Amino acid sequence: MVSAPDRHSDAGEHMGGGIDAGHGFPYGLPFEGSLNDGPGFAGSDAPAEADLYRCVHCGLCLSACPTYVETRLETESPRGRIALMKAVHEGRTGISDRLVSHWELCLQCRACEAVCPSGVPYGRLMEHTRAQVQDNGLQSPELGRLSRLFLRTALPHNGRLRLAGHLMRFYQRSGLQQLVRKSRLLSLLPGDLAAMEAQMPVMGRQFFGARGQVFPAQGERRMTVGLLSGCVMPLMQGDAMRAAVRVLQRNGCDVAVPPTQGCCGALNLHAGDLELGRRMARRNIDAFKQAGVDVVVTASAGCGSSMKEYGDLLHDDPHYADAAHEFARNTRDITEFLAALPLDTPRGQLPWRVTMQDPCHLAHAQRITEAPRQVLRSIPGLDLVEMAESSLCCGSAGFYSLIQRDMSQRLQRRKIDNAAATGAEVIASANPGCIGQLEQGLRDAGSDARVMHVVEILDAAYQAER
Amino acid sequence: MTSYEFLENIRTVVGDDYVIAHQEDLLVYEYDGSVDRSMPGAVVLPADTDQVSRVMRIAYEAGLTVVGRGSGTGLSGGAITPPEGLQIAFPRMNRILDVDTVNRTALVEPGVINLDLDNHVRGFGMRYAPDPSSQRACSLGGNIAENAGGPHCLAYGATTNHVIGMEVVLEDGEVVHLGGLAREAAGYDLRGAFVGSEGTFGITTKILVRLLPLPETVRTFLGIFPDIDSACTAVSAVIGHGIVPAALEMIDALSIKAVQNVTDAGYPNDAGAVLLIELEGLNEEVDEVSGEVEAALWDTGAADVRVAEDDAERERLWVGRKTAFGAFGTIAPNYYLVDGVVPRTRLTQMLRKVSEVSERYGITIANVFHAGDGNLHPCMLFDAREPGVMENAMAAAAELMEECALLGGTLSGEHGIGLEKKEFMPLVYTDADMAAMQRVREAFAPENRLNPGKIFPDGSYWRPAAHPAALTVGIYA
Repeated sequence: MVSAPDRHSDAGEHMGGGIDAGHGFPYGLPFEGSLNDGPGFAGSDAPAEADLYRCVHCGLCLSACPTYVETRLETESPRGRIALMKAVHEGRTGISDRLVSHWELCLQCRACEAVCPSGVPYGRLMEHTRAQVQDNGLQSPELGRLSRLFLRTALPHNGRLRLAGHLMRFYQRSGLQQLVRKSRLLSLLPGDLAAMEAQMPVMGRQFFGARGQVFPAQGERRMTVGLLSGCVMPLMQGDAMRAAVRVLQRNGCDVAVPPTQGCCGALNLHAGDLELGRRMARRNIDAFKQAGVDVVVTASAGCGSSMKEYGDLLHDDPHYADAAHEFARNTRDITEFLAALPLDTPRGQLPWRVTMQDPCHLAHAQRITEAPRQVLRSIPGLDLVEMAESSLCCGSAGFYSLIQRDMSQRLQRRKIDNAAATGAEVIASANPGCIGQLEQGLRDAGSDARVMHVVEILDAAYQAER
Repeated sequence: MTSYEFLENIRTVVGDDYVIAHQEDLLVYEYDGSVDRSMPGAVVLPADTDQVSRVMRIAYEAGLTVVGRGSGTGLSGGAITPPEGLQIAFPRMNRILDVDTVNRTALVEPGVINLDLDNHVRGFGMRYAPDPSSQRACSLGGNIAENAGGPHCLAYGATTNHVIGMEVVLEDGEVVHLGGLAREAAGYDLRGAFVGSEGTFGITTKILVRLLPLPETVRTFLGIFPDIDSACTAVSAVIGHGIVPAALEMIDALSIKAVQNVTDAGYPNDAGAVLLIELEGLNEEVDEVSGEVEAALWDTGAADVRVAEDDAERERLWVGRKTAFGAFGTIAPNYYLVDGVVPRTRLTQMLRKVSEVSERYGITIANVFHAGDGNLHPCMLFDAREPGVMENAMAAAAELMEECALLGGTLSGEHGIGLEKKEFMPLVYTDADMAAMQRVREAFAPENRLNPGKIFPDGSYWRPAAHPAALTVGIYA
C-alpha cells in the first residue's frame, strides 16, 4: 500500500517549502489526503472478483446514473464507485469515510446495470460492498442510526411495525403533529431526527389488514395467487393494496394473503445487512409455500425485485437454495402479471391524462417498462403521455430520502418538473416508496396532480363501469 | 507560487467543490476506456470558458502540464494524466447553446454528450452524423481531440467534416477562435489542423458543428455469413457495385458471443460473422439499391439476409454493434484495441494475419469493425493481472500494426495515437515527418505544456509508476 504524504505534513519533506513558479512541481501537487490503511474486503460476502472485473470501465453507464447526471463528478458515478471497490480489492487503499460517502450517495437504482454492455451485476456489488462497510462499522452515523432504529428493530417484526404505524397515524391525524410543528419542540431534537420528522411518511387512512385471508375469484377461477403484504405498504398505501386484491379477483384469481409472511428484506439487503435479509427471505419462502399458491404477486416493485433475487441470495444455503430459486421463478410484479393475462378489459371510461413514472426496481432491476403501460392503455378514455427521463430515479430509494436529503430532493424536483411538463393530472407508479416521494413532491410544488398505483387506476376503471 | 498556492488559486476560480486533490477521489480520474492508468496531480472541473482560461493561465505560470478529459471513454490513453499534471475535466460544460435551423448548425460546449446533441437536434428534423460506438457517453470535446469516427462516417466523414468552428484556449490561457460559419476560410485551415490534435494544441471550449437533415428513409440489413472470409468478400462486392452505404459493419463470431451474452441483439449465435449494412436516402433510391445489396450478399454466400422491420428492430441491431467493446468484459477483464486501417481490398488478407497472430501468441482476439472503410478493430482480450500477458499483447499488437503499414494502411482510424500507439508511429512516418508535425504543434503550443508525452515516440510508453500495485504497462518495459 502506498500512502502519500498528506497535504500539510509533506511540505518540509517533499516540497522544500514550495518550489518557485515557472518550473512545475517536480514532486507533484500536494495531495489533500492519501490512500489509507483502513480495512479491506474480507470474508465470503465480499464483492466477488469476477463481478468486479467484469467492468471494463467503458463509461456507457455514466449518462444513466442520476447522481452523476446531477453532480457531474466521476466519484458519484457507477464506473467510479466500482473503481473504488477495485482499489480496495487490490489492496491499494482501505475502506474509509470518504469512500463510504461515495458508495452511500448511490441510490441503488440500478439504471447503470440496465445499460451495462458487459452485464456487470452492480446491484449485487453494491450490496456486498455495503455489507463490508457495515461489518467494519464504517457506515455514516445517519445510516447506522436508521439501521438500528428501523431496519433491524422494526422492519422484520409485523407487530412492532403495526404498532408504530398506529402511533404515527395517531400523531398525524389527531392534530398532535400540527401542534408539535407549531411548537418549538422539534428544534430541541438533533438535526437529523427533526428532519426525519419532516420526512415521516404519511400513514394511510385505513390500513390493509387482510393477513391470513383468501379473497375468492370472480367469474371463472384461473389460479390462486399469493399476495405479498410486506411491511409498510399496508400501512401507508392500504388503498393500493385493496385495489390490487380487487383487480386480481376481477381477473379470475383467488387471492391469498399468507399469514406468516413479512417484510421481503429488500431494505436490509440494500443497506448491506445480508444475514438478516436471508432470514427474512427464508420466512417468506416458507409462508408462501404453506399457502400453496401458484404465483407470488407483489404491488411493490422494490419487493418484487428482491424476491426475484432470492435464488441468488440463498444459492449456497443447503436447505433453501432450491426453494429460493423456485420462489424467485414464481414471483411476478402485479403489472407484469396482469399484462401477461388475457386482461379483462375495463368498460368504464377514465378521461384522464396520465404519465407513467417507471420505478427503478421495475424498469432497471426487473426490466419491466411495457407491462404497466399496456395495462394503462387498456383503459378507455385514458390519455397516456410520456414524460422526459421517466426511468430516472425519483430520489426515494428506500431510506435514501432520509439519509441523503439533498440529493433526494434534487431528484424529486427534477421528476416533478418532468411530470408537470406533460400536463398530466395523474402520475402512475408501481412502488410504495416512489408513490410517497412523488406525493410529497407534488405537495411541495403546490400541484393539483395526484399519484396513483397502476392497479388503483385500473380498479377505478372497473369501478367506473357501474 | 508554491504548489499549495497553486491549488488555492484554482479553487478561487472554480470553487472548492470542483478541485479534486484527495488521492481517494483521484482514483476515479486515473483511467479512460482502455488499459492505462495514472493518478493525476489534481483534477479541476471548470464551468465556462472564462474559468478554463484563468485556470490555464495559472497552470501556465506555475509551469504545469495540462491534460483535458471529456467523459473518459477514449481507447488510446489520450486523457491519462501524469502525476505531475493537472487534469481539466469537462462534464460540467455540457450546455447546448444554440441550434440554428437556417444555417443547420449547433453551438455546444465541449462536455455535451454526442448522443444528447443528436437527440436534441432530431427534434428540429436534423442530425449530428458522427456516431462513435461510445456516443451514449463520449463528449464532443473528446471527439474533436481524437477526430472520432463511427459507423456512419463511411458516408458522411469523421468529426473533422462536421466541426466548422471552435473557441479554443491555448496553453497560456489565451482564448482564440478557429474556423467559423463561412464555408471557405481564407488562409490556412487552422480548424482542420486542430481537429485530431489529441489535446496537444489547445483546449476546446465551444464548438460549432454542422448538422444534416434527416434522411427520408433508412433501411438496415443484417447479412449472416458462415465465416469471416465470405463476409469480407461480400464487403468488396457491395462496394464494387458502386454502392456507398451509410454504414457497413462487420461483427465476428467471438464478438457476437460477447454481445449475446448480455443482450439479445438479434444476431444468430452460430454465425461465423454478420454484416450490418445501412442505406439512407430518398425512398426510390433506397428501394433500388436495396435489391443490389441483397443480391450482392446472397451471391457471396450469405446464409441469410434480414431487413429490420421497424425502428425498434433497427435499434436492437445497432445496440449490439455499439455495445460490443463493453461486452468484451464478459470474456476478459481487459482489452487492447488495435485501430489499424487497411485498403478495403486487403481486408481478407489482414484478417487472416489477425487470426494467425492470435494463434501464435495464444491470445484471444475479437473483431468488430468498420468494414466499409477498412478500419479494423482487432481487440485483444486478456487479464492484465496475469504476469507477462500485457507484454505479449503488445508484441502481438506490434505485428498487426506492422502488417497494416505493409499493406498500405495506417495506425489509427478514429481512436487516436495517444499513449498506446505512439511507439508505432515510425512504422508510417519518417523522423522528418514527425519533426514537421512537432513544428505545427509549436505554432499552437510553443511550451509543449498540453498533453505532452502523447502521439510521438520517445521509447517510454510511460509507465504509471506511482503505485506498485497499480497496473503497469509498457511496450519496452
